[in-house]
Amino acid sequence: MKEQTTSSGPLIEMAGVSVGALRDQSTLMAEGVNWTVSGGDYWVIAGLQGSGKSDFLMMTAGLMAPAAGNYTLFGEQMPIFDEARLPIRQRIGLVFDGGQLFNHLTVSENVALPLRYHRNLSAWQANERVQQWLEALELGPWADSTPGALGRNWQKRVGLARALVLEPEVLLIDNPLGGVDFRHINWWLGFLDVLGRGHPLLGGKPVTLVASTADLRRWRGRARQFAILRDRQFVVLGTWQQVESASDELLHELLMTEAVKE
Amino acid sequence: MPKGNASVFDSPQVRFLLRMPLPRAWSNHIGRKLLRFLLTIQGLGAFALITLGVMLTKFRLARRVVWPLVFHEISRAGLRLLPMFAFLSAALGLLVIGQAVSWLTRVGAINYLGTIMVLVVVRELGPLLAALLVLARVGTANVIELGTARALGEVEALEALVIDPVHYLVMPRVIGMAVGVFSLTVYLILGALVSGYLWAFLQNVPLRPSDYFQQLTGSLDVLDFAFLALKTLAFGFIIAIVTCYHGLAQPLRLEEISYATIRAVAQSVIACVLIDALFIVVYLAT
Repeated sequence: MKEQTTSSGPLIEMAGVSVGALRDQSTLMAEGVNWTVSGGDYWVIAGLQGSGKSDFLMMTAGLMAPAAGNYTLFGEQMPIFDEARLPIRQRIGLVFDGGQLFNHLTVSENVALPLRYHRNLSAWQANERVQQWLEALELGPWADSTPGALGRNWQKRVGLARALVLEPEVLLIDNPLGGVDFRHINWWLGFLDVLGRGHPLLGGKPVTLVASTADLRRWRGRARQFAILRDRQFVVLGTWQQVESASDELLHELLMTEAVKE
Repeated sequence: MPKGNASVFDSPQVRFLLRMPLPRAWSNHIGRKLLRFLLTIQGLGAFALITLGVMLTKFRLARRVVWPLVFHEISRAGLRLLPMFAFLSAALGLLVIGQAVSWLTRVGAINYLGTIMVLVVVRELGPLLAALLVLARVGTANVIELGTARALGEVEALEALVIDPVHYLVMPRVIGMAVGVFSLTVYLILGALVSGYLWAFLQNVPLRPSDYFQQLTGSLDVLDFAFLALKTLAFGFIIAIVTCYHGLAQPLRLEEISYATIRAVAQSVIACVLIDALFIVVYLAT
């Protein structure tokens, strides 16, 4: 029902795409990726640490060019580095694993920066919108702290606020549940549900979500589509039922249903 | 920045060659140094051109964000160094005049005091000293700041938010340092000329202020002002480019920042001296 409202052609379409590592483009992290994301999808990409989830998401966000293959985002050929087409990349947001906040700016300045830069606003002009987002993500008390004063739990959340302030249609979230405590895990899962349905600050428009994870269990009943990254292969699994019925050793590890083999 | 780095020297083969354990030999040592030198020149040149391009095309873009940063950098590389430069200009006047007076009185050429001040302070020592001090105080901080930002993934964060790191991080620093070195040089020279007279006065040199002023103006011409402006702006530009390049242009790990800082300082000094030499050649030719 929700999917139908926004689905109009695929937003992300990859055919035979290879992904290089960010530090060294010649090291391939994934090869031959075929993947289609439609509006309203809620994907979870599972993989162990070092399987290339982050590089994959960074490539998807347009930070680097695909090493091979064909990748179109919103119907536009990637990579986009030329000025004229750059606004297309503003429609896709990326939340980094560690938040990757600007350490010399306060939390509210971090969140304000993309808004101010792209709309050419002064600090006070952007303030109202930024405060709304900070309140929505319960970050109000931290507004004037620098990222160094925040715990990892909250740094990630600031990263989310900074990505959301540009109101992206597709949001890529790198390992949102990694290294945060249970209360925050529940908060993230609940908030992503809200985003998927449509957040009031985004005008109720559903956001297409892609999250990566090393622990599949928590996404049961939340995400609608699943894929795993292993041995440089991107394998689309489908729905949760298909995840549970698939017989894959790695999957058992990611679901933590079986002890890791010696 | 993966965009503009395709090059002849910067190939995996050359990188491999530079890391390879070769037998110790002078030829191979010199060869490696030469390859590294060419790589650096190429990288710096490309980075300077990219920065100039961004400055020309995006000068007015997002000015409510970037222009406050420009003012901040001007304050950092200029205004806040003024107290140190006040002290330095007094010292510079003393050491030039102190040396000159003792010699000039012996040969009876005290009328050349102003000329010597112009030759030494205005044309050479003033600009170079200002540039090196800005490099020491602000340039090193630049490499460390940008290197840390790069190592912690802040540059990727900027890219993900579709903010051009060159526009947001480099352009303010380049303008700030160019303006900073230029203005500080002017203040340093004015301070040194005044303090020079004071030291001469204290040493009982029979020289009226008007005579001293006439000596100064007599040995200055229009070209001096033009060269001074060009030279100091070039110093500021090149220091900013070299320090930003070493902080930003290659992916760094935290432990590499100290090496990047050392390289940036050494190369900035060399670049400034080379520019200075170039200006002397041009000056002699005109």
